Amino acid sequence: MSDDKYWDDARGDVDIASTRALSRRSVLQLAGAVTASTTIPEAFANTTPAAAPTPAAAIAAKVSFSVNGVRHSLELDPRQSLLDVMRERLELTGTKKGCNQGACGACTILVNGKRIVSCLTLAAMHSGAEITTIEGLASNGDLHPVQEAFIKHEGFQCGYCTPGQIISAVGCIAEGHAGSAEEIQFWMSGNICRCGAYPGICAAVADAAGRN
Amino acid sequence: MIPFTITQAPSTHEAIQAAAAGGRYIAGGTTLIDLMREEVERPDRLIDINALPLKHIRAEGPDLIIGALARMSEVAVHPDTRRLHPVIGEALIEGASPQLRNMASMGGNLLQRVRCPYFRMLDAPCNKRIPGSGCSAIDGLNIGHAILGTSDQCAATHPSDVAVALVALEATMRVQGPQGERTFPVEELYRLPGDTPHLEHTLLPGELIVEIRVPGLSYSRRARYLKVRDRASYEFALIAAAAVIDLDGGVIREARLAVGGAGTRPWRLRAVEQALKGKRLERATLEAAARTAVEGARPLSGNQYKVELLPRTIVRALELAGEIA
Ligand SMILES: Cc1cc2nc3c(=O)[nH]c(=O)nc-3n(C[C@H](O)[C@H](O)[C@H](O)COP(=O)(O)OP(=O)(O)OC[C@H]3O[C@@H](n4cnc5c(N)ncnc54)[C@H](O)[C@@H]3O)c2cc1C
Ligand code: SF4
Ligand code: FES
Ligand code: FES
Repeated sequence: MSDDKYWDDARGDVDIASTRALSRRSVLQLAGAVTASTTIPEAFANTTPAAAPTPAAAIAAKVSFSVNGVRHSLELDPRQSLLDVMRERLELTGTKKGCNQGACGACTILVNGKRIVSCLTLAAMHSGAEITTIEGLASNGDLHPVQEAFIKHEGFQCGYCTPGQIISAVGCIAEGHAGSAEEIQFWMSGNICRCGAYPGICAAVADAAGRN
Repeated sequence: MIPFTITQAPSTHEAIQAAAAGGRYIAGGTTLIDLMREEVERPDRLIDINALPLKHIRAEGPDLIIGALARMSEVAVHPDTRRLHPVIGEALIEGASPQLRNMASMGGNLLQRVRCPYFRMLDAPCNKRIPGSGCSAIDGLNIGHAILGTSDQCAATHPSDVAVALVALEATMRVQGPQGERTFPVEELYRLPGDTPHLEHTLLPGELIVEIRVPGLSYSRRARYLKVRDRASYEFALIAAAAVIDLDGGVIREARLAVGGAGTRPWRLRAVEQALKGKRLERATLEAAARTAVEGARPLSGNQYKVELLPRTIVRALELAGEIA
């Protein structure tokens, strides 16, 4: 395996605004949404306090984070995964549940600019996080360049894995891991496609990376 | 999942106190949450340690220091990792997926649990999950299981990739617990299954992994991690080898070798290292030395191929390391 595949270096976290095709409009909108949101007192943002947990404390964990630029403060069951909270509490059902075991990538979202699988993390552990789901990529009807590239190259068939593929591709490109077909295959391998749309997916990622 | 509380530890001291009182540490959660969902793991109190200042990665002279909460992805690309011990980066990148590597901590990686299918099959006997219940793998599905260090009670391999590289490089780990601090080789973190496969590691109750130190090694750049698996990425190893060699005009002055997928813990091959000393880096010589790796191997019904695959992987890893300028 060539060194390049690994080491065409990580350039850093995803800044969604900068991954959009030079849409200053969308940058301003994103910033607006964040400043307009309610400020949450620091104490509220923490999970239950460290001192002497009682069974009653098990019922609820308080958490506050921003999703696609909108701040949410929620009371949760500590058992709820970030994935379940996105889908069931916030009704952001674009993010999919495939395996629920970290093995398929359908649930990929960005947390603080990094792609992660949302099924293997507890929502209660993400106070203060900035989260982006597939719903947060398009802006004012303008698709994100990665979304456009998936349509152009038919990077899907049934579409179930697609939100995860697209978010993962945004991460992959921002990390600087989309330099060659081989590199894209390796760094997109956390996302499984049962329909086998891989040729289209790889072409879409390469195209979108080239446009950035 | 059974109900639990989760509290964020504001300091190492408080984390350890909470663990001493029966709490369980959670870092990336990629092992723990998965197994809690299956109710294989059933902690009732989680201690979220992610706010602790243990995310550092830095060089201390020739040594590489890695905080227990540094993420796999960050350690892999860190300039000090790549400069001092590139094989650690290689082993990390060959593990899991980009998303999981962004989540998974180094401490959690070392303590990840086995991937034996019966371990998470609640209705199957498994000595590791329920001591004394029996081992379903011995006469069952055991294609991925170990051939070295097994017992009649358990033959599961330890699945970590980076642990293999750390063991080859003689890394040590610093832990803090209710009784204070201690430092010991990563290799000694792991127990053999013997009659007590439910006891996997040597940490004392409440002990927190603080950091890993990888001592400098003059020839550490001539190293490769070779992982053989069923698909090219995002898969656990069938066999993996971390090979580090000191070459002098085609002659091996010294070698470090550890393997994964073969033993019930990350497996250092000191006998092979000895056999390689002073030998030319040539296929026939390497093959003869690599053979000693499988002396005493105890294959099961489904994993006899590992008796062949292990020496071959070792030979290839050594050759690949030798190709590095
Ligand atoms: C689909 C999938 C594929 C994978 N493939 C690979 C692979 O190919 N190679 C590989 O190496 N790994 C692989 N993994 C495993 C993955 O690397 C581990 O799950 C991960 O490294 C665990 O780290 P974590 O921070 O998420 O641990 P957690 O789940 O948070 O914790 C794991 C355990 O460690 C304990 N713990 C955590 N931190 C500390 C600390 N500082 N001190 C004391 N105890 C602590 C916890 O109490 C828990 O028992 C895979 C995982 C998945 C889900
Ligand atoms: S090999 Fe170990 S983990 Fe697997 S069933 Fe046997 S005892 Fe359980
Ligand atoms: S649903 Fe999260 S990885 Fe499959
Ligand atoms: S498009 Fe159907 S799973 Fe990928």
